[in-house]
Amino acid sequence: MKISGAKILLECLKKEKVKHIFGYPGGVVLNIFDELYDEKSLELILTRHEQGAIHSADGYARASGKVGVAIVTSGPGATNTVTGIATASMDSIPMVIFSGQVPTMLIGNDAFQEADIVGITRPCTKHNYLVKDVKDLAQTIKEAFHIASTGRPGPVLIDLPRDVSAGMAEFEYPKEVNIRSYNPTYHGNKWMTKKVTQMIAEAERPVIMAGGGVILSEAAKELTQFAKLINAPVTTTLMGLGGFPGSDDLALGMLGMHGTYFANKAVQNADLLIGIGVRFDDRVTGRTADFAPKAKIIQIDIDPTSIRKNVRVDLPVVGDIKHVLKDVIKSIKEQKLKFAKSSPWLTQVNEWKTEHPLSYKKDSDIIQPEFVVEKIYELTKGDAIICTEVGQNQMWSAQFYKYDKPRQWLSSGGLGTMGYGFPAAIGAQFACPDKLVIDIAGDGSIQMNIQELATAVLNKLPVKVAILNNGFLGMVRQWQELFFKERYSHTDLDGGPDFVKVAEAYGAVGLRATKPSEVEAVLKESFKIKDRPVFMDFACDWRAKVFPMVPAGAAIDEMILAEHVSEPKKHKNRK
Amino acid sequence: MRHTISVLVENRFGVLSRVSGLFSGRGYNIESISVGETIDSAISLMTIVTSGDDQIIEQITKQLNKLIDVIKVVDLVDVEHVEREMVLIKAAPKKGDKTEFLKLAEIFRARVIDSGASTFTVEITGDEKKIAAFIELIKPFGIKEFARTGKVGMAREGLKNT
Ligand SMILES: Cc1ncc(C[n+]2csc(CCOP(=O)(O)OP(=O)(O)O)c2C)c(N)n1
Repeated sequence: MKISGAKILLECLKKEKVKHIFGYPGGVVLNIFDELYDEKSLELILTRHEQGAIHSADGYARASGKVGVAIVTSGPGATNTVTGIATASMDSIPMVIFSGQVPTMLIGNDAFQEADIVGITRPCTKHNYLVKDVKDLAQTIKEAFHIASTGRPGPVLIDLPRDVSAGMAEFEYPKEVNIRSYNPTYHGNKWMTKKVTQMIAEAERPVIMAGGGVILSEAAKELTQFAKLINAPVTTTLMGLGGFPGSDDLALGMLGMHGTYFANKAVQNADLLIGIGVRFDDRVTGRTADFAPKAKIIQIDIDPTSIRKNVRVDLPVVGDIKHVLKDVIKSIKEQKLKFAKSSPWLTQVNEWKTEHPLSYKKDSDIIQPEFVVEKIYELTKGDAIICTEVGQNQMWSAQFYKYDKPRQWLSSGGLGTMGYGFPAAIGAQFACPDKLVIDIAGDGSIQMNIQELATAVLNKLPVKVAILNNGFLGMVRQWQELFFKERYSHTDLDGGPDFVKVAEAYGAVGLRATKPSEVEAVLKESFKIKDRPVFMDFACDWRAKVFPMVPAGAAIDEMILAEHVSEPKKHKNRK
Repeated sequence: MRHTISVLVENRFGVLSRVSGLFSGRGYNIESISVGETIDSAISLMTIVTSGDDQIIEQITKQLNKLIDVIKVVDLVDVEHVEREMVLIKAAPKKGDKTEFLKLAEIFRARVIDSGASTFTVEITGDEKKIAAFIELIKPFGIKEFARTGKVGMAREGLKNT
């Protein structure tokens, strides 16, 4: 029996065990939406902007490990997805995005609401397709899910002309995919694994540097086992937070531009750096010529292009982290290598920890933003899913909340997309209905997808948004204060909306704290609300800055610490 | 250093733009690119001439391999190989120079494939050195038009998948 392309699409999604789709309708996808009208086992969540839909699908994927799915219309609907797709691409998040397209006959004619979305998204997808014949649809969808979720994951876009989703074909879902040109390497080379073991045995000052790959490969358990076995301190990149328990004694926290003093010191003094699922982004390495200058570098990654892209690597291992770590652990055990519980190196690392721990100004008059994050950590006992926006809010959330588990930290690392956190939190809440999901936001970023309040209210999602309201585009202001003579060009958000009223206008709850003593009560109050979103407006010190800070172009141990910086001048309309 | 990279790709809609987009998006340079079907019409062979230091070339080959539609990448610098390019040149030698022009063409085994009232069009095929030498020598005769195919190349053992 022949069924329509639209119906085939939904059948394929069911075969892929999809439950939630984030989307927004329009002319050329009307027949798909019409099929969804009677569909019981697939829920389409109508967001209020296509960017929101993509970030929600992304948040859903990061929180659950499943492939996120979104459907949008052609032209403006499709172009509105680009920031979201690029965000997912930079962070290797598995997603399949369906965009409507004008009928095949009209493609290339500048038809109404036509955009060459396959061309536009080519550099920011792992792969993309234009389906020209309904007979190819099922095969294409099968391939898309396979490509999105295997190897180094990433977003895949499928462009569906209206006549394809309206066309009729027999439906048969392929059992397996076989793409001759796509064969990710999962198992590391045996010789390389041996060599890793040998280099570890020879090292005196090893440091493990873990990234997002650990989370994508579901290898947190193996990483922890590995680190404990060789007794090496572990620093994580922004994307790797939660890949190793942040509260563990061996944890050094994040490294790089806003990394901890001790993580950066450890990397710069290590004699062996084991990079696991990292790509040595410039925010992490600082001046590459002086990155980990004393160390031999091992890099384990599934994507060969990540290796030797930015820094020299002495031993590359291409493979899936989970597999490679298992092999390495086995090899260490077989060789009966022993690692002392204490060593001069660990003592040194601990000294750095006590010398300059993460700290901030204690203040009983004005709310310090770090204090809010610390309180959130304390009150949630480290068990919440934390989403962030971008800027200072993101860095403080990375520093002052300790992530013990993978998939509880959702943040736009590679692209640094303001407006990511709130829709991502909505997606995460759909994936994990019983979890406490909190978006830690800045007053700038939250306004970039604030319309999603409607989505959250309508779906009765108890997502919390903690706005660290400093009245500024804080991170940019920080750079202006430190490097542009306090000339705050166009970063003052004074006169921004009353977030409590905005929340209320949408039917959400709005709460506010203006003194440190009110912070805990506001948070506790918000946690009690289970049937709608809450905006918490924390009136924070506008002068607060993120430290340590490695200035652009410096080596990562050339850090500016809080005590090196004097207070900024008074601001014309701030206390 | 110059590299000639041979890339087997699925003969699909958009594959050329995926490859060229990779080069432009990442700031790699393309000196020439030529594309054609192989014996198997489902597969095309691209020959790309590019340049860069070792690290860049390593990235180029890895990034090419990462494209889903790319089946196989061979940097011909690493293997014994043959390379050829074809050039069409329309030249307008002055009256007294014609014989000398034709002689030169003959020495280089360039074929005259068309001639008009005042021009000759010649075709020359060969490796880089031969073509460069020929062009240098006939420049003084006055080149009117010039078209080159870009290089094609092949490992001497033969690429397995074709
Ligand atoms: C979409 C987008 N536009 C611009 C930027 C550049 N940018 C980075 S941080 C920042 C300021 C963010 O301000 P806010 O959301 O208030 O957070 P804060 O730094 O104050 O915590 C800006 C503008 C960005 N990252 N993303």
